[in-house]
Amino acid sequence: MTTTAPVSPPEAPVARRRLTGPRLARMRDLALVPAIIVLVLVGALIDPVFLSSANITNVLQQQTELSLLVLAEAIILIGGRFDLSLESTVGLAPALAVALVIPAASNGIGTEWASYLAIPLCLLVGLAVGAFNGLLILRFGLSAFIVTLGMLIVLRGLQIGITGGQNLFELPMSVLYLGNAVWLGLPASIWICGILFAIGIAVLGFFRHGRAVYAIGGNRDAARAAGIRVDRVMWTVFIVGGLLAALAGLLMTGRLGSVAAAQGDGMIFTVFAAAVIGGVSMEGGKGTLFGALCGVIVLGLINNILTLAGVSAQWIQAIYGLIILVALMLARLTTGKAQD
Amino acid sequence: MTDVLTDAAGSGAAAPPPAVSAHEITKRFGATTALSEVSVSIQAGTTHALVGRNGAGKSTLVSVLTGLQRADEGTVAFGGAPAPAPSDRDGWRRQVACVYQRSTIIPALSVAENLFLNRQTDGGPIKWGGLRRRAGALLEEYGVDVDPGALAGDLNVEQRQLVEIARALSLGTRFIILDEPTARLDATAIERLFGRMRTLAAAGVTMLFISHHLREVYEVCDTVTVLRDARWVLTEPVSAVGHDALVAAMTGEAVKLTEVAPRSVPDAPPVLSLRALTLGDAYTGIDLDLRPGEMVGVTGSGSSGKVSLAETLGGLRRADSGSVSVSGSAVGVGVPAALRAGIGLVPEDRHREGLVPLLSVAENATLPIGDRLGPAGVVVPRRRTAVAEEMVRRYDIRTESAAAPVASLSGGNAQKVVLARALSTDPRVLVLINPTAGVDVRSKESLLGAVRSAADQGTGVLMVSDELDDLRHCDRVLVMFHGRVTATLSRGWDDAQVVAAVEGVTSEGASS
Repeated sequence: MTTTAPVSPPEAPVARRRLTGPRLARMRDLALVPAIIVLVLVGALIDPVFLSSANITNVLQQQTELSLLVLAEAIILIGGRFDLSLESTVGLAPALAVALVIPAASNGIGTEWASYLAIPLCLLVGLAVGAFNGLLILRFGLSAFIVTLGMLIVLRGLQIGITGGQNLFELPMSVLYLGNAVWLGLPASIWICGILFAIGIAVLGFFRHGRAVYAIGGNRDAARAAGIRVDRVMWTVFIVGGLLAALAGLLMTGRLGSVAAAQGDGMIFTVFAAAVIGGVSMEGGKGTLFGALCGVIVLGLINNILTLAGVSAQWIQAIYGLIILVALMLARLTTGKAQD
Repeated sequence: MTDVLTDAAGSGAAAPPPAVSAHEITKRFGATTALSEVSVSIQAGTTHALVGRNGAGKSTLVSVLTGLQRADEGTVAFGGAPAPAPSDRDGWRRQVACVYQRSTIIPALSVAENLFLNRQTDGGPIKWGGLRRRAGALLEEYGVDVDPGALAGDLNVEQRQLVEIARALSLGTRFIILDEPTARLDATAIERLFGRMRTLAAAGVTMLFISHHLREVYEVCDTVTVLRDARWVLTEPVSAVGHDALVAAMTGEAVKLTEVAPRSVPDAPPVLSLRALTLGDAYTGIDLDLRPGEMVGVTGSGSSGKVSLAETLGGLRRADSGSVSVSGSAVGVGVPAALRAGIGLVPEDRHREGLVPLLSVAENATLPIGDRLGPAGVVVPRRRTAVAEEMVRRYDIRTESAAAPVASLSGGNAQKVVLARALSTDPRVLVLINPTAGVDVRSKESLLGAVRSAADQGTGVLMVSDELDDLRHCDRVLVMFHGRVTATLSRGWDDAQVVAAVEGVTSEGASS
């Protein structure tokens, strides 16, 4: 410990390699922007209605629920885990909250709690689901795939059990508000979504705890060695994921005016497609929330254009799936690396 | 023992407390004792080697010294002060850093972020520009010529190690453990690493160096501690202990490793012929004739193309032009064709390409010969077990049973399974890539013995290796430089000749 003077390099330093890695990665984030521009042009050519503010607002609002799930899934994927149960939380959280406050005559449970509790209850259910997923995966070391697949089925089953398989119609005003309100000329759900994405992008890009998620997804042991509390961070991520899914359920319930028995059913596939098209790696540690948002917008635009172009409803699903595959192949070509 | 060390460091009468001292450390895992009353102390500014065979307790000692595991008995002190509490990770990180064999760099993040992981900012949002500048200044301070904006995953092994060392130093750590840092470096990179270690030592950094290569211990270390069977055996200045004595301390018996019995190769038509074999920028115009029973070594630096050449022969890569033939008939493309032609391969990375870790020793060893273990693709378990047990016996594989998962074996024994598998098809040509990398002294011996006996039975052996001890067994050694064979050394070469040829400073016996 005699001296801590800087150490000068020995002879023959490593040949300097100017690497363009991060620049390329940043390009990858913007890779979907041209695709979005092309889609907007195509949409405008197909039908002038496309560019009307009513249509654009409509497209965006329809994507808000999906985008909240993608936000949640992208953070979890970047942390190197994944959560399939989000889509069931979208249904269960509002269903349980509503069932607890509405009278038994309207398919409620009969507790008839004060109706202002509906929104806090809904978010609480999402939080509890996320915390339970985290408990099983992190504390008990179970496989994230199996745990969340099990939760997907259990939560859906709970919803059907609680509501007797019925849609819930007589909703308290508070539940309907967020999905319908218009703030400053734009639907509240778009504002909420935009703000949450902005917060997410800032936290994951510019804050230590957000970068810790990348570190954990990239190399868990290294993150632990650097003093990051890996399990605590990931538990928080799972809880945030559950909360976002519950919020998405709330928005969807308000927009549609009811809690459908199958609310959220099948969304998880689109969620993964949007995240992966947006450049989020299934292996963890790679991708950005901005990219994921672009993925959502691309899927929304494609869906809208197919509808405007008059593609028959029976074929939309096949074409939609095909386009997702093509988008993945393009992403593979542009990155030049095998996808994980 | 501390006295010995103080003398070794030559620091005179009023010696300061050692930078690191572990006192009578005992660590048990269930019934097995991983460390038994081991004491080590290292003077500040010295480089201390820790050697021992696989399973001697080196890695347990490292995890105790880095605070990842808590000793059952005994104490650790840094600079005379007791070690931080086990939960105080930051406290440990300020005292000691470890560069592991497995990198703790996060490939998807930039070099700058890796350097300042979890301390990117003192609070508030991260300023990326400032972070990159700080990283650049840090890298420059330690003479690491890497772009801080580059993705860490794009760095090579050497650069990654340097970044890890720089990170450790930037934390204020003045004690660094290097756990087999040379295992995946080529000769020139090892030299550069050693140069850097000497500079660090001169600046007062204390290092604990772990390696299987005793040569490196002599080259770069001041003192050496030998562990055997979880016990401390000796601590001496390296100048005071000879090579054979060191090996004897490690193995507990006198072993002569460097002496190789002479062998003769019968004259016969070649079993393997390469003609003008060329692959992109890996190697160019390779001609080679290998006689049955002949052992040919191939060496060169990491960029010499030697590994690509061997992988081409094993069917893992496809040459652009030229021909490979075994006993006169051309070999097709791909691993199955290579196996059919009678070429067995011991691949470079036994964990990635060599073994299926969760399958048993028996299954791993018999993977390529499944069709011989029963009719119509059925694998008869009894027959497989019989074959595997014969292999375990013949290749001296230390395992609980042939049914134990291969992941439970030590590195040397796992490598024996890979070799057993390569030899299970009774190949006419055996190609090996760094067969003794990361393998302890005794396993090294039995591996090379098995290769030799295969050669004695008429198998042509092509061994790609950086190890002079491996190459010593070969009848001739080809040295590759930038994709070409630049020298052929016949038996009786001395070390300096090989090293010079690898560095490309000689044209002796050049073929191009």
